[in-house]
Amino acid sequence: MMMFYWISLIIVSIGFTGLLFRLVKGPTIADRVVALDAIGISLVSIVALLSLITETEYFLEIILLLSILSFIGTIAFAKFLERGEIFDRNDNR
Amino acid sequence: MPNSLREERFSIETTIVNILIILLMSTGVIFSLVTALGLIRLPDVYTRTHAASKSSTLGVLCVLTATFIHFWLIEGIFNTQMIVAIAFLFITAPVGGHMIGRAAYMSGIKVAEETVRDDMEGALKERKKRLMDNKTTEQ
Repeated sequence: MMMFYWISLIIVSIGFTGLLFRLVKGPTIADRVVALDAIGISLVSIVALLSLITETEYFLEIILLLSILSFIGTIAFAKFLERGEIFDRNDNR
Repeated sequence: MPNSLREERFSIETTIVNILIILLMSTGVIFSLVTALGLIRLPDVYTRTHAASKSSTLGVLCVLTATFIHFWLIEGIFNTQMIVAIAFLFITAPVGGHMIGRAAYMSGIKVAEETVRDDMEGALKERKKRLMDNKTTEQ
């Protein structure tokens, strides 16, 4: 079973490297933001697999934190790309 | 406890739970790999958003469910934060993908050459016009 978890971790890490390639290369900013979002989600599964491998449940608290931070970062980047500022007062688009 | 000292429990329930975990985990890992493949191979931002939001959500959902089942049925730890994390990811990851796609279109990134149809074509001009109107009324 432990071998299966290691193989899963290696495959997810290969996917993670592919996402890093898109983060570095990406022609536009939106490409990089998409890659960052996917990296955040992929990091969550890496943390879950690490907690399975090291047999502790203390890593599981990081999962919720990472997913929330990744979502907030994505939303902030999207608003910045669309309007040029993150906090604004007038709400008519 | 180190791995070598831990006694292996072979029972029929553990085997069934392990088979369930292996099925869920393989699905999740394959979908994670498909996400990376889609982000590398697809031609423009919008198709990449499609790959990054849907398949990565399903992949991480399967991996987290397998982890939750492992800790619940084998180690005996019922972790409620995992359930909250699964529900949160299931709701927010597609929303994030949608927001990025919309922001990319509004900031004027071109669609790929293979695109057959573009329904948002008029929206950009309309938004620019409205922004100009707002500026003139403010002055």
